[in-house]
Amino acid sequence: MSIKDRILAIVPEATFTEQADLIATVPASSFRKLAEGLRYDKEDPMDFMRDIVGMDWGESLGAYYYLESTKTYNRIALRTETTDRENPLLPSVCDLWKTAEIKEREAYDFFGIKFTNNPDMRRIFLRDNWVGFPFRKDYDLNSNSLDMSNETNEEFSDDYLFDADGKELDKKNRIFGKKEFVVNIGPQHPSTHGVLRLRTSVVGETVTKVDPVCGYIHRGIEKMNESLTYPQTLALTDRLDYLAANQNRHALCMCIEKAIGIEIPERADYIRTIIDELQRIDSHLLYFACLIMDMGGLTPFFYGFRDREIILDILEKTTGGRLIQNYNRIGGVQADIYPEFQKDVKAFIKHMRGIIHEYHEVVTGNVIFTTRLKGMGILTNEDAISLGCTGGSGRASGWHNDVRKHHPYSMYGKVDFKEIVYNECDSFARYMVRMDEIMESMKIIEQLIDNIPEGDYLVKTKPIIRVPEGVYSTSVEASRGEFGVLIESKGDKVPYRLHYRSTGFPLVHAMDTVCRGNKIADLIAIGGSMDYVIPDIDR
Amino acid sequence: MDNSFLDYYNIAPVTSWINDMLCSIMPQGFAYLIEGLVIAVALILAYAVFAIILIYMERKVCAFFQLRLGPMRVGKWGLLQVFADVFKILIKEIIRLKNADNLLYELAPYVVILASILTFSCLPWHKGLQVIDYNIGVFFLLAVSSIEVVGIILAGWSSRNKYSLIGAMRSGAMMISYELSLGMVMLTMVVMTGTMSISGIVESQANGWNIFKGHIPAVIAFIIYLIAGNAEANRGPFDLSEAEQELTAGYHTEYSGMHFGFFYLAEYLNLFIVAGIATTIFLGGWMPFHVSGLDGFNAIMDYVPGIIWFLGKTFFIVFVLMWIKWTFPRLRIDQVLRLEWKYLLPLGMLNLLLMAILKVTGLVF
Repeated sequence: MSIKDRILAIVPEATFTEQADLIATVPASSFRKLAEGLRYDKEDPMDFMRDIVGMDWGESLGAYYYLESTKTYNRIALRTETTDRENPLLPSVCDLWKTAEIKEREAYDFFGIKFTNNPDMRRIFLRDNWVGFPFRKDYDLNSNSLDMSNETNEEFSDDYLFDADGKELDKKNRIFGKKEFVVNIGPQHPSTHGVLRLRTSVVGETVTKVDPVCGYIHRGIEKMNESLTYPQTLALTDRLDYLAANQNRHALCMCIEKAIGIEIPERADYIRTIIDELQRIDSHLLYFACLIMDMGGLTPFFYGFRDREIILDILEKTTGGRLIQNYNRIGGVQADIYPEFQKDVKAFIKHMRGIIHEYHEVVTGNVIFTTRLKGMGILTNEDAISLGCTGGSGRASGWHNDVRKHHPYSMYGKVDFKEIVYNECDSFARYMVRMDEIMESMKIIEQLIDNIPEGDYLVKTKPIIRVPEGVYSTSVEASRGEFGVLIESKGDKVPYRLHYRSTGFPLVHAMDTVCRGNKIADLIAIGGSMDYVIPDIDR
Repeated sequence: MDNSFLDYYNIAPVTSWINDMLCSIMPQGFAYLIEGLVIAVALILAYAVFAIILIYMERKVCAFFQLRLGPMRVGKWGLLQVFADVFKILIKEIIRLKNADNLLYELAPYVVILASILTFSCLPWHKGLQVIDYNIGVFFLLAVSSIEVVGIILAGWSSRNKYSLIGAMRSGAMMISYELSLGMVMLTMVVMTGTMSISGIVESQANGWNIFKGHIPAVIAFIIYLIAGNAEANRGPFDLSEAEQELTAGYHTEYSGMHFGFFYLAEYLNLFIVAGIATTIFLGGWMPFHVSGLDGFNAIMDYVPGIIWFLGKTFFIVFVLMWIKWTFPRLRIDQVLRLEWKYLLPLGMLNLLLMAILKVTGLVF
């Protein structure tokens, strides 16, 4: 039974648009029924919620829900909306997919959509005293003047709880109990990997609850994109997850190319794939370095940086940038590879294969290191899927979620590589996934590096690109998970809405589940092993 | 055995000559006062000089482990870097906290540095060159070195900072635990040498270092000592009381200027003291290295002054401890305590028993 028939069987009034993505539009009243039906389907449960994208369509507010099945990898997008702009209520699905807890908070923060029965409807990125909802199209940009006062933390979370009859419950959710010892970790802290703030309740040294507070580096990139032309939007993608700069931009370029229907030259695809994989090795080396440093081992940190330097040199020679590369363009890549590119990359791979034993000798086999990681920070398979922890952190929990494998793009369909999956679910497995992926990435590069076809590296596009009306989305396997792009276009030269699926956001959300019952020291080590980058979370 | 070589560089006659001369020209009490002051100044100077050497050494050693060069800009090979840093820390403001317990907050660094200097003054540098030398020297050493934990807990408690408090509690739990092991090891070696006087322990090693004479139990004791001593000095992999990745700086997060400097100095000197005591009780203190039978070799060794032997051995152990610190990641508090209570302490007790048996049966030399 096709996914369409299944939806129609549950909600007969659903309508479909197939102009780009397959989107099922359902009224808010029957949305909850459909969500439950898809989530608990016998044959093909849609158990992975990729994203919730809040939307403002002018007369109505609503959201896209991107779902995927972890069995068949079928994807579907649902659309639901409410026309009440004063008090927009949509049913929460946070009991079906845990990741909705935090994604609904994001939609509430930006669009003011209240999700009924989500117990925690606080703002997540913006200050609690922020006026208005900035992503609404009628938002006045001058409505918030610079506020220099200290921000206090709410004692209770906002919520919109209703009982079965639709009567609002007068129940308050206290975030931390009065007698709890709450340690504030971040935003200025050596090992939160950026300006992340974790309010952590501890008993002695044991963590009992983690409440992430995001937004300290929020730049409103999605909002900015709504007033930038398509080629201009590219510049901001590298500033999301700076360790997956090239992959992020790859995703956006692919999405725009798909929307305007241009084929890019094969040479560009090869180059993109190789640079993506180099970027992945770069990111995993930094992961190795930072994880060890989070655990107090300062020396291996330099090993990672020593070898990462070679990649950065190659990237610099190719793209002109080391961290922020601005290399992908709509229709190909910015510049051709330099003449010794293949030689340099092959020399790096040879060097890396020869030196990786040092990593394993000083770290992987170290008794302190293994006892600190093995069995710590268990993220079960169900939790990983429900929380949407994609990437290496999900694959360490036995979840086969590699986008490169299951939804191949660029050259990934044509190369042979293994999807690294571990079933231990602990921090050590998360570490090993990365170490093995370095080897797999090198294998991918080796298959491509000698076969780069001659030809153009860029197809000429018009300076003003107008994307035909519709909703388009792509996803790539970025360094730390599935990075998604959603463009809703009204046929203009600027996107009506451009949304990124953050790879780190679900990982930060998962910290509460993973860290409970562990020690403070493990909180830091688990944070390191989860591998999140804050500018990508805050966007 | 001929112990005459010990007198070659003996400076006890010089010091007693100075004492006699001073006593002959002034009242005895006054002479002692002047001597005490001179020694105190000399000790504090030596303390500062060793701190500077150790900081420079740590920077260079860790740099070489980490594929770096370390400080290179200030002076040749960065030799003046530490002086510049010391000068900088001296002129920095000492910040007073609004809600801290000010008396305890300001007292804490002095308690820590006091404990450290007192322990420092027990070290036998050379024959005749030892400031504090009781017949219960080992006992005194353990007692004064334990004062430090009071300072650390005071610092963490009075700062009114949650990180500081957690760091101090960790430190308290850890240091008190590891002192048991240290005590056990000291007892083992006291059983072997039959004296608690530090100079006595060194003298007894004239015919061979304890680690060779005491073979199996001495080697076990030496390893336990290195682990426990490392923990006592709050250094990696046992640096969880300051754990910069977790607690930013642990118990001294809130300190600035020279108050922070005192903690910093004490940390480095504790490393030196731990190594110095290891040298004293296991590696013969200022005794030269002898191989029985090679008289020519032994004679050459005798010409090397004792203080060089002492510093050489001590800095070797300092290097080993730095090697450990810059290789291993940090342990977690429960692992640290489990290591002590479940492994080191029982092992230390058994080792004490073994040493006693071997001593009684005459199997240690």
